[in-house]
Amino acid sequence: MTESSPTRVGIVGGSGYVGGELLRLLLFHPHVEVTQITSASQVGRFVHTVHPNLRGFTSLNFIHPDQLEAVDVLFLAMPHGKASTEIEKYAGMAERIVDCSADFRLRDPTQYARWYGHDHPAPEWLDKFVYGLPERNRDELKGVRYASGVGCNATATNLALMPLADAGLLRQVVVDLKVGSSEAGARSTDSSHHPERSGSVRSFKPTGHRHQAEVIQALGDGFDLYFSVTAVELVRGVLATCHCLLDEAVEEKELWKLYRTAYKDEPFIRLVKSKTGLHRYPEPKLLAGSNLCDIGFELDEDSGRVVVISAIDNLMKGAAGSAVQCMNVMMGWDETAGLGFPGLHPI
Amino acid sequence: MSFEAECPECAAGVEMAGDTVVGEIIQCPECGAELEVMDLNPPTLELAPEEEEDWGE
Repeated sequence: MTESSPTRVGIVGGSGYVGGELLRLLLFHPHVEVTQITSASQVGRFVHTVHPNLRGFTSLNFIHPDQLEAVDVLFLAMPHGKASTEIEKYAGMAERIVDCSADFRLRDPTQYARWYGHDHPAPEWLDKFVYGLPERNRDELKGVRYASGVGCNATATNLALMPLADAGLLRQVVVDLKVGSSEAGARSTDSSHHPERSGSVRSFKPTGHRHQAEVIQALGDGFDLYFSVTAVELVRGVLATCHCLLDEAVEEKELWKLYRTAYKDEPFIRLVKSKTGLHRYPEPKLLAGSNLCDIGFELDEDSGRVVVISAIDNLMKGAAGSAVQCMNVMMGWDETAGLGFPGLHPI
Repeated sequence: MSFEAECPECAAGVEMAGDTVVGEIIQCPECGAELEVMDLNPPTLELAPEEEEDWGE
């Protein structure tokens, strides 16, 4: 590769929603060229067959995963459990890998077994991956070969709570997550059939959601964490409402200072707690297609409860956007390269 | 010449133009609060009265 030639990128598992978002981002990235995209179910078809928004922007066809050739950076966007059984093969084909699945997110194999119900197929690889949340692990990601993706619900929660957790203020947190249907992926089921899904407010995972493990890993176990996920009438988006009981009383100006200090240099985090305007707290629909995470908060002065609210696009900051951000950090590029889209309004 | 005062809502530094006058309403760039300039020496801001949303009735 010469200095001026673009970095060659491949996407494995490109027919899903995350694969489509990766392709959308990477086609407009200033430093890369997407040379291959795989899908075992769509071999030979133009990518716009399943990602119609990309018609006219690329002439790529899906290839079978067995046809994949060596690239510089490989994004894995396969269903959970696939990457960990094939990681040796893919590691031999690329200098750097970003795996968007849950396979390499947890460092501790016993935690993986606890949350995923079976032993990890390649535990020797867990230490080689850095958890792909740059706001938490930026220094570790610089120059590293392997990064995991992030859970969307975990990301909304981690970014909402990180300043309070790092300040040692949290005692108990109840996280109420409202999420869009695209979290369930591109495959339909009986329960996602339109007459069943439309208009529903579905308690999807009242307890035991796997992303909780990523929050404990990122923020530590110094506080009690309760996590409930409800699927609402959105296609994209996560709204995390975090009810925080603190170890000591705080004033709202202290919260401002804490969050402002923590996130003042973060390119994708905005504090949204406005006394004026159309949307005064984070609103996921405004973030569709962007890599932004909006965070707001309010202090209940009577009880001392702090409600922290965060919003992301689950397919972007919660998946493909964070993955591209990770690549940028790993490669030493401008962290925002290819990720400048600010979202739409109205939408 | 501009000068700065602290937002009484969020403690952000709010920059004011040199020709700002007492009684003027300005907006905090961080929390969006509308602020009334109460004094220029020292620069002092107070929350201006505002309407609130109420969707719970």
